[in-house]
Amino acid sequence: MSGLKIDNISMRFELPNGGSVQALQNVSLDIAKGELMSVLGPSGCGKTTLLNIVAGFLAPTSGRVELNGHVVTGPAAERGMVFQQGALFEWMSVRKNVSFGPDMKGMPKAQSREIVDHLLDTVGLRDFKDKAVYELSGGMQQRVALARCLANDPDVILMDEPLGALDALTREKMQGLVLKLWKETGKTIILITHSVEEALLLGERLVVMAPRPGRLHREYRLPFAEMGVNADLRQVKKHPDFASKREEILSMIWDMEEEIMGRTESVA
Amino acid sequence: MTILLIYVAIFAAAMTGYSLVRGLFTRKHDFTSLKTVTFGDESAVSSNRVASIISVLSIFLIWCSFTGSTLVPGFLHVPGPFVGKASIAYQATAPDGSTDDGIILVDVHQASEAADLAPLDAAADVGFARDRSLDMVAWRSTLISRNDLLPDAPEAVITSVDGRPVTPNGEIEIPSGLVRMTDKGSLAFEPAKGWQMEPIWLPAPETVVARFIEISKNGYQNVTLWENLSWSLYRVLVGFFLGSIVGVPLGYAMGLNSWFRGWFDPIVEFMRPVPPLALIPLIIIWFGIWETGKISLLFLAALWIMVIAARSGVSGVRITKVHAAYSLGASKWQLLTRVIVPNSLPEIFTGARVAMGVCWGTVVAAELVAAEKGAGKMIIAASKFQNTDIVIMGIILIGIIGYSIDILMRMAEKWLIPWKGKA
Repeated sequence: MSGLKIDNISMRFELPNGGSVQALQNVSLDIAKGELMSVLGPSGCGKTTLLNIVAGFLAPTSGRVELNGHVVTGPAAERGMVFQQGALFEWMSVRKNVSFGPDMKGMPKAQSREIVDHLLDTVGLRDFKDKAVYELSGGMQQRVALARCLANDPDVILMDEPLGALDALTREKMQGLVLKLWKETGKTIILITHSVEEALLLGERLVVMAPRPGRLHREYRLPFAEMGVNADLRQVKKHPDFASKREEILSMIWDMEEEIMGRTESVA
Repeated sequence: MTILLIYVAIFAAAMTGYSLVRGLFTRKHDFTSLKTVTFGDESAVSSNRVASIISVLSIFLIWCSFTGSTLVPGFLHVPGPFVGKASIAYQATAPDGSTDDGIILVDVHQASEAADLAPLDAAADVGFARDRSLDMVAWRSTLISRNDLLPDAPEAVITSVDGRPVTPNGEIEIPSGLVRMTDKGSLAFEPAKGWQMEPIWLPAPETVVARFIEISKNGYQNVTLWENLSWSLYRVLVGFFLGSIVGVPLGYAMGLNSWFRGWFDPIVEFMRPVPPLALIPLIIIWFGIWETGKISLLFLAALWIMVIAARSGVSGVRITKVHAAYSLGASKWQLLTRVIVPNSLPEIFTGARVAMGVCWGTVVAAELVAAEKGAGKMIIAASKFQNTDIVIMGIILIGIIGYSIDILMRMAEKWLIPWKGKA
């Protein structure tokens, strides 16, 4: 079977003081090939833990992750990851960063060069190919990170708040770029975000998680990602459905945060 | 103390003078000049080139003026020692109350010059107090024995000097110096020393330069200057190289593997605070005073520094970079060579700079203890013959070489790891 299957994952961290934290409890998700899914939730709901398990950086306490029918046991090139920031290799040029994946596979130079050139053109860094990454702005660096991930041609792209450190204007541009790349490459993408707007824009499917223990709370099917492909994202945001969904989800998360705060206070 | 006060005065004067002059002539409009808050803003503080130049010049000036150097005009010299002819008149009294006058003619000259004393006219020297002539070297004092002045009058005593009465343990100041009477009634003459330093303590700059030219032409104790310096450099480079090729992989292993870290941590943490100089005696016992000993010492000096630098270089890798490399399909070996090694280079370079500095200091110290050739050997040998000019020349050369090594390392760093501090 193709696609990504998250099968009844639980994750429990033992603390040094003898206690333990239930970071995830019985999370199951089936993500079809080519699906764009965003994950939203208050801090501490286990979204990053979930992503790290799918990436293979963490092994779940119970349950398993399957990609195209085989069980995930560790990180691999089939599951690419885009981090918030600081994951580029600053000792390499932009070009070298993007060709890192192909180079690791031992792909012939001529072939990888073609892929890198094409991707850097796509993300709009045509004139920056031989620059050092530390000479680029934050937004440009994230473009490099996207291109680097795509150069490896992964089946699934995992994005851990890739736009979280960018300013509002750059962020909006990058959101358009993510949608464009999704449509052009047809990759399965899981995107974690703190921003409700971003989750609505960049999710055909939106999963809201709840904390303590981290679990799935609600799921939505949304039209905005399709609408936003090669369109003006501000127009999408003006859509009445967008506004009402945003309010609905915001108040949902707000309630969760309130509940956590209340609970901590009563504990204290 | 005086020198310190003079130095502080020069510092204050230069600072005030510079800010007055700058206020008159220049109005810059760079970022710093437009800042209203500069005190406490570290970025507004840069090294003032003018201050650096004046600082070096004033040390040089103090050196010149306290050594009476010919490189600066005479009015900049502090008072020198008394040099020239002086006469000390004295009067002796016999037990029967009779007195007689005598005179001591003194020629005080620099150690490098010969005395120029006219012979005394023995016929004119009547009475029991004899005239004497005295050949003295500047900065030295001389005892003029009572028996030499009054050989024929064992009971007579000297009662006045320069017309002023004197008693045992008394002092009489005369223009050319100080005359002291010992408790046995002899006279001690100490010509005025002035403020200048004796060449044997601090030679003038031109003496040092002359010595440098001489030694770079003829060598010292049959070893050329170049040979001395290159032996020291050679030891440093070999010791540092050996320390690095062992230390860096060991540091990587300690950064990557718990067993390695647990095993070597106590050793490294124990050896790190032990100054390499403290190892010299043991090294000499074990390896002798020849090259093996010195290179082992420098190896040890560099080793711990490089181990710690490599270990912290590995610990400094951001986990996101490691995750990124793995999820891009890197193997463990590829992660090590493509990510961990380049990422740790800035730390390793910082360690290498420290290690080079420590090695350079250690080699000189080791050569002071025992060596046939080397910069340290040269200065310790010179100090045994009180060739202070060679000692100072050696110290200056050692400083210049140490500083040059650091500058070269910094240039290499800029060229090899341009991303340092930009992550």
